[in-house]
Amino acid sequence: MEEVLQQVINGLSQGSIYALIALGYTMVYGIIQLINFAHGDVYMIGAFVGYFSMTSFHMGFVEALITAMAVCTVLGVTIERIAYRPLRNSPRIAVLITAIGVSLILEYTMMYFFGASVRSYPPQSAFMSGSFNVHGVVIKNMQVVIIGISVTLMLILQYIVKRTKVGKAMRAVSQDAEAARLMGINVDTTISLTFALGSALAGAAGVLVGVYYNSINPLMGIMPGLKAFVAAVFGGIGLIPGALIGAYVIGLLETGVAALGYSLFRDGVVFAVLIIVLIVKPTGLLGKNTKEKV
Amino acid sequence: MKTKRAIQGRRAAAAGLAVALGVSVLAGCSSTTPGAGTTSDVIKIGVNYEQSGAVATYGKDSIDGITMAVDEINAAGGVNGKKIQLVTYDTKSDPAEATTLATKLMTQDKVVAVLGPATSGSFKATVPVANQNKIPVISGSATADDVTVAPGGAVQPYAFRTCYTDSFQGTAAANYASKTLNATTAVIIKDNSSDYAKGLADNFTKTFTANGGTIVGTEAYVAGDTDFNAILTRIRSMQYDVIYLPGYYQEAGLIIKAARDLGITQPVIGPDGFDSPDLLSLAGASALNNVYFTNHYSSLDQDPKVQAFIAAFTAKFGRAPNAFNALGYDTANLVADAVKRASGLTGVDVMNALASTKDFPAVTGTLTIDADHNPVKAIVVIALKDGVQSSSEKISA
Repeated sequence: MEEVLQQVINGLSQGSIYALIALGYTMVYGIIQLINFAHGDVYMIGAFVGYFSMTSFHMGFVEALITAMAVCTVLGVTIERIAYRPLRNSPRIAVLITAIGVSLILEYTMMYFFGASVRSYPPQSAFMSGSFNVHGVVIKNMQVVIIGISVTLMLILQYIVKRTKVGKAMRAVSQDAEAARLMGINVDTTISLTFALGSALAGAAGVLVGVYYNSINPLMGIMPGLKAFVAAVFGGIGLIPGALIGAYVIGLLETGVAALGYSLFRDGVVFAVLIIVLIVKPTGLLGKNTKEKV
Repeated sequence: MKTKRAIQGRRAAAAGLAVALGVSVLAGCSSTTPGAGTTSDVIKIGVNYEQSGAVATYGKDSIDGITMAVDEINAAGGVNGKKIQLVTYDTKSDPAEATTLATKLMTQDKVVAVLGPATSGSFKATVPVANQNKIPVISGSATADDVTVAPGGAVQPYAFRTCYTDSFQGTAAANYASKTLNATTAVIIKDNSSDYAKGLADNFTKTFTANGGTIVGTEAYVAGDTDFNAILTRIRSMQYDVIYLPGYYQEAGLIIKAARDLGITQPVIGPDGFDSPDLLSLAGASALNNVYFTNHYSSLDQDPKVQAFIAAFTAKFGRAPNAFNALGYDTANLVADAVKRASGLTGVDVMNALASTKDFPAVTGTLTIDADHNPVKAIVVIALKDGVQSSSEKISA
C-alpha cells in the first residue's frame, strides 16, 4: 500500500510537469491549429535561464522561476512573430515543418554555445531539497512545490481564458479568426498572447525540472515535449482540461509501468495508449464536436 | 573509454574494414620492412591519439602521461643507449583517420610500435593495419572486451592494452561486494542502452552468483533518463545488501541522489564510468556516502611508485594526474621496457617482447600480459565519503 501511494506521488509530480508543457501545446493548437514542435525547446530554454539566473546572477528559486517565465514569454512571442506569422496563410504543412526547424535551431544553438554535456543546478535551500515522511511514504518538498505551482498556474490560466476579455478574444479567434477580426478583435495580438502564456508555463516547467531532477542539457526538451504532445492529444487537443487530464494519466501510466518492473517499455506503452485512444476516439478523451477551443 | 565508445564502435567497424582493404592494396605495391627505418641512434614510437574532436580530453590526457614517461626514459639515457623519439598525430576522434595515421606511422615513419588511440572504437580500427604491417599497437584505455581478440576468439597478434577489460571490472565489483562488504543479496540497476553497462552487469551477476550470492532484482534505464523514482520506489521495498549500478556518471549521479532521498541507504557499487567530478555536482555531497567504484588507479594509493608518479606529474603539469594520465604513462613505459627486452628492433621482436611481459611494475598495478594480450593486474576500489574519495583498496586479479 505504501509503495502504491509512493508511486502515485511519483506519477503526479511527473504528470504536473507534462501538464505545464501540454497546456502550451493545446492552447496554440486550439487557436491556430499548429502543432508547435518548438514548444519542448522553449521548456529547455526555461531550464537554462533558471540555471544561469541561479549560478551567474545568484538568484533564489522564485526570482529564477519568474525570470525564466519572462524570458520564455519573449522567446515564444518572438518565435511566433518571426517564424509562424509570415506563414499564417500558407498550407499547414509549411508551418509544421517550420516548427520542426525552429526546434532544431534552438537545440543546436544551445549546444553550440553551452556544449552538449549535462549541467546540474546549484544546491538548493534546505526546504527545497527536504522531504517528509507520512506513514512510510516519502514526499519530497519539491514534489509538493511542483504539484502546487502547476495547479496554481493552471487555475490562473483557466481564469484568464474563461473570465477575462483577453480570454474571450482567444476563444473567439479559435472559433473563427475572420469573424473575430470583423468584430474588432486584434487577431495577431491575441495569437501573440496565446504564445506568451503557453511559453511562460513551459519556462516554469523548465526551472521546476531543473531543480527537481538536478540535470539539464540542450536536448532535454525532446522527450518531455513529445510526451506532453501525446498528453494534449490524449485529452483532446485544443481543450485545457483535456491537456490536464491527459498529462496526469500519462504521468501515472509511465510510473505504473515502471512500478510493475517494465521500465524499458515505459515510453512504448505511452505511445501505444495514444494509438489506441486515437483509434477508439479520434478527438481524444474529452473531444466532442465542440466549437469551443483554446 | 567512456561515453562515446559505443557509438564509435559501430562506425569504427565499418570504417576500419574499408580502410583495411585499401591498406592491403597499398601494402602490396610498397615493400615494407617493418622497423628498418628506425635510425641507428633513435627509436621511433608512434603516438596516434585523439587530440581534437569528441573525446579529445582522453587523448590529450594520455599523451601527457606518455611524454612524461619518455622524457624520464631519455633523461636516464634512453633504451639500450638509444633515445626514444615520439611521432605524434591527431586522429580527430575519428576511427577512419586513426587507421590512416596508423598506416602512415608504420609505413612512412617506420615506428617500432604505435600507442593509442584511447577509445575502443578507434583503437579497434587500427588493429587490422597492425596485423598487416606486423607492428604492434597498444592502448592504455581501450576497455571493450573484443579489442585484442578477433570475433572467432583468436587473439589479434599485434594488439595489446595496459588497461583491464570491461568484464573484469564486473567480476571485481562482485568480489568486492561479496567478500569485502559481505553482501549475499544484490540489486542491479543497469543502463540498458550501453554495451559497456550490459557487459558489466552480466559479469557481476556471474561472479556474484558463483560466490553464493543472489540477485534479487534487476532494473533498467536508458541513457538520458532523468526520472528514476518509479524504479527506486520498487527497489525500496525489496530486501538486499548492495546495489550494483553499471553506467555513466550522468545518470548514476541522479539515481544515487533520488535513492538517498527515498531513504535507500544500502551501499552502491559502480564502474569507472563514475570517475568524473560531475558525479558530485549531480548527486550532491550528502548522497555520496557508502558509494564505491572500481577504477584503474587511485591517487590515494600509498605505494611509493604511485606517490612518486603523482609528485612528478604534479610538478611537471601543475595538476594531479587522472587515470588516463597514469595509463598513458604506463603504456609508454611498457613499450620502452619491451623494446629493451626485444631481441631486435623489428615490429615482430617488439610484439614478442610485449607478449612475454611478466610482472611489469606499472603505476596502475603490477601487470603481466596474458595469452589474450590483456594485462592481468590489480583493480582499485575507491570509496566515497561525502562525495570525496576517502579510501582505496587494491584487489588483485
